[in-house]
Amino acid sequence: MLTRNTFLAGAAALVALSVVAPAGAQAPIKIGELNSYKVFPAFLEPYKKGFELAVEEVNAAGGVLGRKIEVVSRDDNGNPGDAVRVAEELLSREGASFLVGTFPSNVGLAVADFAKQRKVLFIAAEPLTDKIVWDQGNAYTFRLRTSTYMQTAMLIPDAVKLNKKRWAIVYPNYEYGQSATAAFKKLLSAKQPGVEFVTEQATPLGKIDAGAVVQALADAKPDAIFSSLFGPDLAKFVREGQQRGVFKGVEVFNLLAGEPEYLDPLKEETPDGWYVTGYPWSELKTPEHTKFLDAYQAKYKDYPRLGSVVGYATIMSAVAIIKKAGSLDQDKLIAAASGITVLTPFGMVEYRPIDHQSTMGAYVGKLGVKDGKGYMKEWRFVDGKDVLPSDAEIKEMRPAK
Amino acid sequence: MTFASIIIQLLNGLAAAASLFLVSAGLSLIFGVTRIVNFAHGSLYMLGLYGAYSLIQALGRTPMGFWTSVVLAALAVGLVGVLIEVLILRRIYKAPELFQLLATFAVVLVIKDIALFVWGAEDLVGPRAPGLSTVEILGRRIPTYDLLLIAIGPMVLLAMWLLLTRTRWGALVRAATQDREMVGALGVDQAKLFTSVFFVGAVLAGLGGALQIPREPANLELDLSVIADAFVVTVVGGLGSIGGAFLAAVLIGVAKAFCIGIGTVNWFGAEIVFSKLTLVVEFLIMAIVLVVRPFGLLGKPQAAQRIAADPAPPLTVPSWTFVLIGLALLLVVPIATDRYVTILLTDIFCFALFAVSLHFIMGPAGMVSFGHAAYFGLGAYAAGLLLKRAGLPMEMALVLAPLVAGAFAVVYGWFCVRLSGVYLAMLTLAFAQISWSIVFQWDSFTGGSNGVFGVWPSAWLAGKTTYYYLALAFCGAGIALLWRVLFSPFGYALRAGRDSALRAEAIGIDLRAYQWMAFVLVGALAGLAGAVYAFSKGSISPSTISIAQSTDGLIMVLLGGVETLTGPLAGAAIFTWLRDEVARRTEFWRAVMGLVILAIVLLFPQGLVGGLKALTQRWREARSWEKTV
Repeated sequence: MLTRNTFLAGAAALVALSVVAPAGAQAPIKIGELNSYKVFPAFLEPYKKGFELAVEEVNAAGGVLGRKIEVVSRDDNGNPGDAVRVAEELLSREGASFLVGTFPSNVGLAVADFAKQRKVLFIAAEPLTDKIVWDQGNAYTFRLRTSTYMQTAMLIPDAVKLNKKRWAIVYPNYEYGQSATAAFKKLLSAKQPGVEFVTEQATPLGKIDAGAVVQALADAKPDAIFSSLFGPDLAKFVREGQQRGVFKGVEVFNLLAGEPEYLDPLKEETPDGWYVTGYPWSELKTPEHTKFLDAYQAKYKDYPRLGSVVGYATIMSAVAIIKKAGSLDQDKLIAAASGITVLTPFGMVEYRPIDHQSTMGAYVGKLGVKDGKGYMKEWRFVDGKDVLPSDAEIKEMRPAK
Repeated sequence: MTFASIIIQLLNGLAAAASLFLVSAGLSLIFGVTRIVNFAHGSLYMLGLYGAYSLIQALGRTPMGFWTSVVLAALAVGLVGVLIEVLILRRIYKAPELFQLLATFAVVLVIKDIALFVWGAEDLVGPRAPGLSTVEILGRRIPTYDLLLIAIGPMVLLAMWLLLTRTRWGALVRAATQDREMVGALGVDQAKLFTSVFFVGAVLAGLGGALQIPREPANLELDLSVIADAFVVTVVGGLGSIGGAFLAAVLIGVAKAFCIGIGTVNWFGAEIVFSKLTLVVEFLIMAIVLVVRPFGLLGKPQAAQRIAADPAPPLTVPSWTFVLIGLALLLVVPIATDRYVTILLTDIFCFALFAVSLHFIMGPAGMVSFGHAAYFGLGAYAAGLLLKRAGLPMEMALVLAPLVAGAFAVVYGWFCVRLSGVYLAMLTLAFAQISWSIVFQWDSFTGGSNGVFGVWPSAWLAGKTTYYYLALAFCGAGIALLWRVLFSPFGYALRAGRDSALRAEAIGIDLRAYQWMAFVLVGALAGLAGAVYAFSKGSISPSTISIAQSTDGLIMVLLGGVETLTGPLAGAAIFTWLRDEVARRTEFWRAVMGLVILAIVLLFPQGLVGGLKALTQRWREARSWEKTV
C-alpha cells in the first residue's frame, strides 16, 4: 500500500535524482572558447572546424574523466572589452571549467589578465604576441602557438647565411609587426655584426599604400627585405612589387606568408623564392599529421589551414590537461598544464614550466608557384624549443609572480 | 628623396586618389540632395570589388571581359543603391535628422554578412589589368593601369560636371541640394529624384571599388576602411562640391604617398617616422582644413534647411514613480538573478551614461559628435594610467579620470563649437582619431596597440556585486546630473541655441561659450563612463577610442530616440543586450542585428521610446475622444 511516507520518500528520491543526475557521470565537461570569428574569418573558420573535429574524436573515444566534452563558443567581436564580458559569461552562466581561444594580441592579453584575476586556466590558442608569456605572463595563462619571436628566430639562420648587408623592413603598424621587427633586428645584428637597416615602413593594418611603400623600399636600395605583412596587405605588396620589378635581385623574408590562409589567395601571383614560415599541409608525411589530415578531409571535404591545426591542437591540449589533472580544480589544472606534453599534428609539444609557452614548431621554406598556385618548397620543420631565448633571459622578462 | 622618387610618389598618390575620389563624389552627391549620412557607402564600394571579381571570373581575363565586368559591377551596385533607397530610406525621410544613419548602419551589417555568405572568408585577389603592362618613368617601372586611373579621375569629374550643369537632371540636383522643399513645392517628383541620385551615387561607389580590382584584394574589411576616408574627403572638399572632393582626394592621396616616401628622417637629433603618420594623416589634414576653412576647401556655408520633420518636441522629465521603480528593480538584480546579469548590466550602465552624454550634446545642444568615443576612451585611459603609471589608488584614479577627459574636451571643444552641422561632427571625429592614433602608437606610455592591463578595482570593490552597485551609483549620478542640467537655465539656453542661434544671441546668450561648456561637461561625464568601464574590464585597449565605439554611441542614441530623455537609456540597454544575445545564438549575428535594427527603424521612426510615446499619445487621444462621444 502506498503510504504517505513511501510516497514522500519516492518523491524525495526523484527530486534527488533530478538534481544529482546532470552533475553526475553523464554531464559533459564544458570548455569555454572565445574568438574574433567575424573580424578574422579567414583564419578562424578553419580554426573552428579544427576544434570541432577534435571534440568529435575525443568524445568518440569516450571523452575524458568518464565524461564527454563540450566546447561552448562565443564571438568576442575582436574587442577586449567584449571579450572580458563573454569570458565572464562562459564561466559564470555557462559553467565552463576554463577558457581557451582568442586571436588578436590585445584581446589575448586582456583575457590573460582576466584569467589571472579570476584564477582560471586560460589556453591562448592563437595570439602571437610575445608579451602574453613573457612581459605580461601569469601563472594561469598558457599559449599554444609559435610566437612572433619564435617564428622570426626561425628565419634568422637563412638570413645570416645569405650575408646581406642592407636590409629594408616593412611591417603592419601594431604589436605583431612591431615585435617581429624588433626581434629580427636584434637577432640578426647579434649574428651578423655590421648589418645595416636602411629603411623601415610601418603601414596601417589592412590599409597599406602598396605602390608608395614598394617604391620607398626600392629607393633605399636594399639587398634584402624583411616583411611581416599578411592578409590583404601582403597581397597588395606582392602585386605592386612584382609589377614594378622591385623584388628582382632582392631577397625577401616574410613571416607567415607560407600559411595557407595567406598564401592561397595569391595564386599565380605567389612570389618565387621568398623565405617564409608556414604550413605545407599537402607534403607532410608524419603519421600524426596524416591521421589528422585524413580525418579532416573526410569530415569537411576541404583541406586544413593552419587555423585548423591550431584549433585541433588547442582542444587536444585542453583534454590532455584535464586528464592529467584528474579533476577540474583550477590549481590541479594549472599544475597539470605546466610541463605537459601533447601530441599535435605537428608532433609532440611541451608547455614549458618556465614560461607556459608550448614548443609547437613551424615550417620554414621558400615559396614557389606550380599550376597557378603557390606552395612551399625546400621546407624543413623547426622545433619551437630550439628557437626560444635562454632561461635566464626569460626569467629577466617574466614577472616573478 | 631624389627628384625621381618625388615624381614617382606623386604618381602613386594620384593613382590612389582616383578611387577615393569616385567613392567620395558619390557620397557627396547623395548627402547634398538627401541629407543622408550614408554609412553604407563603403559597403557599396566593397560590393563593387566583389562583383567585379566574380564577373571577371565569368567573362574571362581579356581586356573586353575586364572592362565589361567593371562597368557591369558598377551598374549592379547602382541597383543595390536603388533597392536601399526604395525599400528603406524612402520610408524614413521625415524622421529626425541623422536617423537615416541608423538605417544605413544596419545595411552595413547585413551586406557584410551577405558578402561573407556569398564569397566566403578568404581574400579574393583579382587579376592584373589584362593587356596593360608597365611603363618606365625615370628608371622606375609604374603599372600602366595606375596612369589610366590618374586619367579616369578627371574624366569622371568632367562627366559629373557636365551632368550637373548641362542637363535638366543636374539642374534639379543642384536645386535640391540648395532647397529640396522648394523643389518639391515646384512640382518635382522628389521620390524619383532621390532614387536617381542614389543610383548615380551608388554607381560611383561601385565603380570606385571595381576599378580597384587589380590593386586591392576583395575582402570583408573594405567597407569600414573606405567609409571613413570617403567622409574625410567629402568634408575636406566641402559638402556637395564634386570639384572639392577631387581636390581633397588628390591632397590626401599625395600626402600619404609622401609620408611613405619620406620615411624616417632625423631633424635636430630627433627621429621622426613619417611612415607611421599614414595611420592618421587624413584626419590631421581634415582638422587643419576645418579649423582654417570651416566649410571645407570649396564648400559654401550650408543653406538654411527647412526641417522636413516636425521640430523636436519639448523634453519631458520621467516621472518619479518611473525612476523609483526602475531604481528599485536595479537594486535587487544582484540578489534575484545570476552573476552574468550583473556583469551585462554593468556594461549597460557604462554605455547608458556614454549614450546620455552623447544625447545631451547632439539632441538638446544640437551639436552632433561623430567622435564621442574620444572622451570615453581618454577617461578610460586616464583611469588606467593614473593607477598603473602614477601609482594612485584606484578610488582617486576613478574620480580624477573624468577631469582629464574634461580637460581634453576643453581643447577639442574650443575648436569644434566654431563649426556647425556635419562639419562640426567631422571635426570631433578628427580629434577622436588623432587621440586614437597617439594612444595607439605611444607604446612606452599607453601600451600602444595592446593597451593597459591590470586595471582592477581595489579589493573592497572587486566583487562583481559591489562593483555593480558602484557602477549604478556613478553612472546613475552622472545621468541624473546631465538631466538636471538640461532643465536648468543653462540647459534651456542650449536648447534655445539649437532652435534658433540668431534669436538666442539676440537675447544676450553667449551661445559659443555655452556650447563650449556643454562640450566640457559631456566630455567629463563620458570620461566617467569610460573610467567605470575600464575598472570593470581590468584592461583598456585603443578600441575604446575607435570609430566603432563612437558609432555604437550614435546607434544607441538613435535607436532609443534622440528626441526623448530616456531614449538613450533604452537604446544603450537594447543595443548591448541584443548584441550579447544575438551573437550567442547565431553564426550570422551581424545580419540578424542589422535586420532587427531595420525593423525598429521602419516601425518606430522616432526611435523606440519616441515611438512608444507616440503610440500611448494616440491611444490616449482615442480614449478621450470616445469619452466625449
